[in-house]
Amino acid sequence: MVMSAALEEVTMEAPLRLVEPVRIGAASAEKVSGSFALKDVSVAYGNETVIAGVNMLVPSRAVTALIGPSGCGKSTLLRCLNRMNDEIGNVRVGGAVTLDGLDIYQKSVDPVDLRMRVGQVFQRPNPFPMSIYDNVAFGPRTQGVRKREELDAIIEAALRDAALWDEVKNHLKKHAFELSGGQQQRLCIARALATKPEVLLMDEPASALDPISTQQIEDTIAELKDMVTIVIVTHNMQQAARISDQTAFMLRESMDQPAHLVEVGETKRLFTNPDDKRTESYITGRFG
Amino acid sequence: MTVTPTEKAGRLTGRTTRRRAAEAVIRTLIYTAGLLSIVILLAIAVFLFVEARKSIAEVGLGTMLSGTQWFPTGTPRIFGFLPLIIGSLMVTGVALVVFVPVGIGAAVFISEFSAGWFKEVMKSVIEFMAAVPSVVYGFLGVAVLIPWVKATFGLTSGMTALTGGLVLGVMSLPTVISISEDALHAVPDALRQGSLALGNTRWQTIYKVVVPSASSGIFAGVMLGLGRAIGETMAVLMLTGNAAVIPTNVFESVRTMTGTIAAEMGEVVFGGLHYSVLFSVGLVLFGITFTINLAADLVLERQRKRWRR
Amino acid sequence: MSDRNRRARNARTVEAVMKVVTGACVALVVGAAVLILGKIVISGIPGISLEFLFSKPGMGMRAGGIFPIIVGTLMLVTLTAVLVLPLGIMAGIYLAEYAPKNIVTRIVRLSIANMAGVPSIVYGLFGLAVFVLLMQFGKSLLASALTLTCLTLPVIITSTEEALRQIPSDLRQAALALGATRWRAIYKVILPAAAPGIVTGSILGLSRAAGETAPILVTGAAFFLPRLPDSVFSQYMSLPYHLYVLATQVPNVPPEITWGTAFVLVAGVSIVSMIAGAWRSVQRRKVKW
Repeated sequence: MVMSAALEEVTMEAPLRLVEPVRIGAASAEKVSGSFALKDVSVAYGNETVIAGVNMLVPSRAVTALIGPSGCGKSTLLRCLNRMNDEIGNVRVGGAVTLDGLDIYQKSVDPVDLRMRVGQVFQRPNPFPMSIYDNVAFGPRTQGVRKREELDAIIEAALRDAALWDEVKNHLKKHAFELSGGQQQRLCIARALATKPEVLLMDEPASALDPISTQQIEDTIAELKDMVTIVIVTHNMQQAARISDQTAFMLRESMDQPAHLVEVGETKRLFTNPDDKRTESYITGRFG
Repeated sequence: MTVTPTEKAGRLTGRTTRRRAAEAVIRTLIYTAGLLSIVILLAIAVFLFVEARKSIAEVGLGTMLSGTQWFPTGTPRIFGFLPLIIGSLMVTGVALVVFVPVGIGAAVFISEFSAGWFKEVMKSVIEFMAAVPSVVYGFLGVAVLIPWVKATFGLTSGMTALTGGLVLGVMSLPTVISISEDALHAVPDALRQGSLALGNTRWQTIYKVVVPSASSGIFAGVMLGLGRAIGETMAVLMLTGNAAVIPTNVFESVRTMTGTIAAEMGEVVFGGLHYSVLFSVGLVLFGITFTINLAADLVLERQRKRWRR
Repeated sequence: MSDRNRRARNARTVEAVMKVVTGACVALVVGAAVLILGKIVISGIPGISLEFLFSKPGMGMRAGGIFPIIVGTLMLVTLTAVLVLPLGIMAGIYLAEYAPKNIVTRIVRLSIANMAGVPSIVYGLFGLAVFVLLMQFGKSLLASALTLTCLTLPVIITSTEEALRQIPSDLRQAALALGATRWRAIYKVILPAAAPGIVTGSILGLSRAAGETAPILVTGAAFFLPRLPDSVFSQYMSLPYHLYVLATQVPNVPPEITWGTAFVLVAGVSIVSMIAGAWRSVQRRKVKW
């Protein structure tokens, strides 16, 4: 198991709940990168604190699932990781979020740069109203890639990684809206991958899809985790159990208090032998 | 291919300066354009006042507003606005009698009694009526309505307040209908169904529930129609005969504020007293329409808030 | 029991009567529109010929065609478009994408609503004082176009904002999440998606400007001009003003010339805007977000 300097640093300073080793994706010669450490993270909308005291590590090249009842702040926490919360006015994030040791909320960090490293796939497929090719090319073009051959290569690789290449390779000029829902979502994954991110955030990516498309997305995720760190929000516990290495369970116990992290740990262990009674109640379907 | 943490950190903070500068330039441009409307509206008020200053100093605003005679080129020159203001009000009054009942009635029928395809057809009809230039309305009035008014009422001239008012009424219809129809359409269906379920007929539902709920929007539509009628220039200039005498009934020729400005601005010495007086007329006109539009807008805003909840 | 029945019957009668009454109002509106269109088409068509469209007016405007008048109108509208579109579209972007929810934005909205209600002759006075005299552009194409820019601005802003608001915020989020800056997201994704709405709104606004008479009457339209304008500082002839002149200022104009002018003006302005309006509703139905 490999651990970056950032992880060690945070582990030493903060009383983390993560105690057991987490299985990391297939061994890679590259130095591990794309790992998050969250330290006492809180989120407030105006005066209302909605999330408080989240401490956790997001290991590199693995799938971390965020689960919990609806309204418990999973998506909000996810959006802290690429600072998409900045785009909603009046949101304050407290504590520290570090990506490979770098505090992403410090002044010198431009969220625009951060988002090139931390991609996101949304709940509903949201392709741009343009061709398949232009959709995937959007990120690289934003980063200044102009050469046709270079773009072609990036786009083919991204579409292959998102398991969409074989279906669309002959109609790259087709309008993205002509694809089915599941294909659109895989296009959105390809579009995010084309920026070569280290982390991919997925906010219930299959919630708007049929079972077959959902299966395809899950297969894609399994393929991808050797390449990128994945953090996925899901309301579907079977899905979390199937695809993730680490699971974090969040809960907002009453509307007067902020949501918090109840338990985080290796998925297999958390689903079979949770430490916390509340986790057990949730996964056995007693609430939520 | 090893990437060191510092290189990675560099990717987070590099290349940002130029991009931030470009973004700041664009934001400045967009904010400037956004605030332009305030600037223009203020500039209109300021420049009307600046150009009107001479007449306010030499004739006096009170004298102009209360003067009953308008002889801008006589000796002595007399600048009394009352004939013009009353002329405008009379023409607008006639228009009001046309567009309030017809406009609201039509809006009610379109919103409450008609099918989707008919609504689409009416939308095109109303768009067409709104798109016809006012000078064309004026020309049609000259060609068709003036002879008709003359013959029907046995007058020596068909150029009357009535003629101008009728055409203005038709011209204001698109504004009144589309805003009233929007207001009626915004009333939630649940309210209609609640009323129908209590055993009310469609019509009882409309006049007890739907129209009262939409009343502020309908009121705003009438106000905006009124503003359009008072501010309309070409049609009244061509149709009312432009006699600057305080009228006693709608069969007389009248001269409106707008018509006066349009007809006389071509003949004045720029910077002279008459020129300045015409800006005073413009200032009065601006004040009236500004008040009407502000009232209509505040009412519309309140209605929008009501249904959002 | 019979009392209740009677009341119900009365209510039904009232409903039938009111349906007829409000229906009559609609009939009046449609009748007016048909009359306007019918009269202009029937009286206007006989005057239309290639010669009428492509020759100069002659004999004190009692003969010949309206070529310089059409050209003058097109030049005026083009110049207005060049001035108003960038400003109006940027202001629309400001309202839809940048404007914070505060008192300033509220005042901006009030100003725009109010500008739309300022009488066109007042714009004329403003243009005369500022563009013709203060800036010394004289009575010219430029002064008139600047005046029409102020007049058309609220229409362009409102329709641009409305078109931008139709675009779901999903797309903006997706672009931002890919590392696009705010402007790049707008420029590359949101503006192209909103383009049909913006284009039709602009055409509607500009066609309205093309039909305005009062503001150009005092800022540059010429009663008669023997040549085409050669720069933005020249005076020009324009369809709406020409129609006014023919209808009220020149005696004994053959009716087919006046009606033909009216026909060209109405055809140019209202047919273009009707097509634009219809195209917009088709586009709206076609793209379901």
